[in-house]
Amino acid sequence: MSGWSRIANVFRLPRVDRDIDAELESHFDEARTEGRDPAEVGREFGSRLRAHEGVRDVIVATWLESLVADAIFGWRQLRKHKAASAAALLSLALGIGACTAAFRLIDALFLRPLPVADPGRLYVLSYGTFDDSGKAGTSTASDYPGFRELRAVVKGEAELMAISSPDRIDVAYSSDAEMERAYQQYVSGWTFAEFGLKPALGRLFTEADDLKPGAHPYAVLSYDYWSRRFGRDPRILGSTLHAHNRVFQIVGVAPEGFTGTGTGAFTDLFLPIMMANAEVTNPNLVWFTTWVRLRPGIDPERVRQQLRAAVLAHRREVVKLWLPDVVRRVGGHYLSAPVFLDPAAAGFSFTQQTYRLALAILAVLVALVLLIACANVANLMSAQAAARAREMALRVAIGAGKRRLVQLVLMESLLLALMASALGIVFAWWAAPFVVGMISPPDSPARLILPADWRVTSFAVTLTFAVTLLFGLAPALRAFSVKPASALKGGDDPHARRHLMHVLIAAQVAFCFLVHFVAGLFVSTFERLANTPTGFSSARVLTLETASKAPEDPNIWYQVVQHLRSLPGVESAAVSGLTLMSGRVWTEDVWANGHSPQQYQPAWFLGISPGWFETMKIPLLEGRDFRPDETHPHVVIVNQAFASRYFDGRSPVGRTIEIPNGSARAKAEIVGLVQDARYDGMREPIQPTLYAATLVPGFTGANFATFTVRTKSANPMALASILRYEIPRARSEFRVWNIRTQQELVDDQTIRERMLAMLSLFFATVALVLAGVGLYGVLDYMVVGRRRELGIRIALGARNGDIARRVTVDVFSMLLLGSACGLGLGLGSARYIATLLYQVKATDAPMLALPAITILAAALLAALPPVLRALRIDPSEMLRAE
Amino acid sequence: MPKQDALQGALDLMVLKILSRRSGLHGYAIMTAIEEMSEGVLRVEEGSLYPALRRMEEAGWLRAEWITREGGRRARIYSLTAAGKKQLTAEESRWQAGTSAVNRVLRMA
Repeated sequence: MSGWSRIANVFRLPRVDRDIDAELESHFDEARTEGRDPAEVGREFGSRLRAHEGVRDVIVATWLESLVADAIFGWRQLRKHKAASAAALLSLALGIGACTAAFRLIDALFLRPLPVADPGRLYVLSYGTFDDSGKAGTSTASDYPGFRELRAVVKGEAELMAISSPDRIDVAYSSDAEMERAYQQYVSGWTFAEFGLKPALGRLFTEADDLKPGAHPYAVLSYDYWSRRFGRDPRILGSTLHAHNRVFQIVGVAPEGFTGTGTGAFTDLFLPIMMANAEVTNPNLVWFTTWVRLRPGIDPERVRQQLRAAVLAHRREVVKLWLPDVVRRVGGHYLSAPVFLDPAAAGFSFTQQTYRLALAILAVLVALVLLIACANVANLMSAQAAARAREMALRVAIGAGKRRLVQLVLMESLLLALMASALGIVFAWWAAPFVVGMISPPDSPARLILPADWRVTSFAVTLTFAVTLLFGLAPALRAFSVKPASALKGGDDPHARRHLMHVLIAAQVAFCFLVHFVAGLFVSTFERLANTPTGFSSARVLTLETASKAPEDPNIWYQVVQHLRSLPGVESAAVSGLTLMSGRVWTEDVWANGHSPQQYQPAWFLGISPGWFETMKIPLLEGRDFRPDETHPHVVIVNQAFASRYFDGRSPVGRTIEIPNGSARAKAEIVGLVQDARYDGMREPIQPTLYAATLVPGFTGANFATFTVRTKSANPMALASILRYEIPRARSEFRVWNIRTQQELVDDQTIRERMLAMLSLFFATVALVLAGVGLYGVLDYMVVGRRRELGIRIALGARNGDIARRVTVDVFSMLLLGSACGLGLGLGSARYIATLLYQVKATDAPMLALPAITILAAALLAALPPVLRALRIDPSEMLRAE
Repeated sequence: MPKQDALQGALDLMVLKILSRRSGLHGYAIMTAIEEMSEGVLRVEEGSLYPALRRMEEAGWLRAEWITREGGRRARIYSLTAAGKKQLTAEESRWQAGTSAVNRVLRMA
């Protein structure tokens, strides 16, 4: 109670003072009524001020009172230097905001645990792999028969769950309704129980939903999807949905907050993994992630070793079904691959893999920007502190404690930091979703839970206090070491202060250099990637991914192509088994010109219809296109990369090669040679590619293919709705389920690079502006401080060049020092970002020169006004003023 | 809390004792009471009295209220609380013990 009243009294000081005064006054009144001499009473009483202060100290929390007084004083100081304070506030706000936004993203994508029981015991299993070019990597893709064996092996120590990554599918809620898009995950039946999840409605899957392939047509909705799509209608239970050409019954809704295990996307539907049909019996198909949940207290390393032994044992069985050539090529690694258990408390997704490094680097960049802002503010406050040295000295002289002075200065810093944080949080509020929008391809939006909860708030608060200390400590320490005698004389040592300012300038320049260097690398990476020729023309091209109810002969698909060509607005049309740049490729082994699969990685295959090259504008260099009556596997067309790998660059047209046909080999004649064109990915060299006169692997018929239509109008999407309607009109069993422009698919290849380039360029600009402002401030301060000296020099006939050199030499040597440090930092950090770069190296001369030139230009610009100011000093006027 | 030295303890004790005899005294009355009872030997400085009164009020030993006296003069009067009474007993016995010990030392020396 008494503690509180002391604190409360701080905020009603006028009343408290009136109260004390009234009591002391009544003392004199009483004395007067007793007839005593007021003068004598006054003498006896002693110092009335002392009595007043004595009472006040007892009933008021003086520590808080001084804090409040300092805050008010600090506020006045900030308001007195409006421009400087606004600059400090904005730069800090930007720094804090960017850092908080980066934290929000990183927290949501990598740190926030899944809302399941004890997420710390969750792991995913991954296998060491080698890609086609021999680079080591890891993959989590597992096969189901193998999964069963693994689960049995570690039973009792860990539970294994088969969970596919969120996939976009088409669903309809009645047989004749429009198809709509939804994200689904296949999950093992016991997953929900293992995760400790309780249904929000109905029931979740159990082990009983996991018995027989294809026998459990049930679906569980996510809470988010249930709310979004059905307005939380409980009548949804028991109703049906159509997906994968089957009917599923909705049996329940997962609890609120659980949006699947693929952080970065929200899962709408969960289906039992047994409903993936043939895929659960095929040991050659790897298509889901094996999740491991350890029993409490079990050592992950022990389980990992058991799993690895089981994986390798299973693989020894699997390779028995492989062609001997293939086993010879890849078997060695496949049968001795390492196996890893990676913690997956925060979920596991492709988005995480893609953005882990990119976001980490962006976080470093924003932290550097914040540091630059801090250095700026520290310099600003140092300059102000210099101007206030006399005030500080006076305070010490009249008895202010040193602690009190430090408190005064820190309070001002804290005030600034708090205001900057408030602004920064507003900025982060807007910026984090903005970045999420930026990394989202239009057809598969990235979705993250981005709450502004205690995690984000406490991060921002911690950051605020850290920042306060960072830029407030130096001025505060200066206040601590103030020497009243020398300060009041006006002759304190100015060099000590300049020294600190110089160090801060050098640090700023170093950080700024680093940010620019990294930004330069990202920007030129993006430029080079975006300008990498694809080998085909995506202008006005629409891709229509189409499904049929049952596999159809290629000729049926070609008939639909004929129909599309007859439509107005269509320039040309064709069909292919897969979509270029969609992330899916078909690979096969090839025996050609004496080479066998033992020697080379598989070639990429793409099934196409006659006229496809013409539609994609891929030039035919030699030979001819397919004729409508030609069938697989008798004829093939290859690209230049194929010719150079298997035929040493000589013409392959007319030569015969062998390709797999079912489990046997078949002879195929190369009838054409086309120019290289990209099939998937922008970074890797174009792969040897073989174009086949069919649509899908398996050769019997396709239930899935992509119509490619080049339209006449500039905006191909204008034709989308007509084509969506025309394809089922041509063949009623065909259904278009996904329409994208080819340009969109090409742009998606560089989405991460575009984000990195844009954001790093933005931060580089901010860093440059901040460093420039900082440089200007310091130079200006120095010119003002050395007015007397410079005036005398001018009076003695110093030349303009000499004055300019004197003013700037210190700062520019710091600039060089900072740049050198920045260069070192940049070269040192380059290897961490090498995997994000494309065709640029950190050691390329332009990459190093560009930041140096930019910073130098900015420095010159920033130095100009102070130098002019120095040159304009009028010695006679200045000396008279002294 | 300021350090509680011997003299301060004496002041607290005297104030508590006086207020235990006569409730509702203001500062001036307490001061004159101490002066009269000590027959002019002890003079309390106002600079110590008023902070002491406030401190004891903060500690919960005293209760204060503003009253208006005849002639329209206002005064802040103090009276003892239950906690104050307990404190008085404790302080009194401590004082007695302390002074008799000092007296014994004086006699022996």
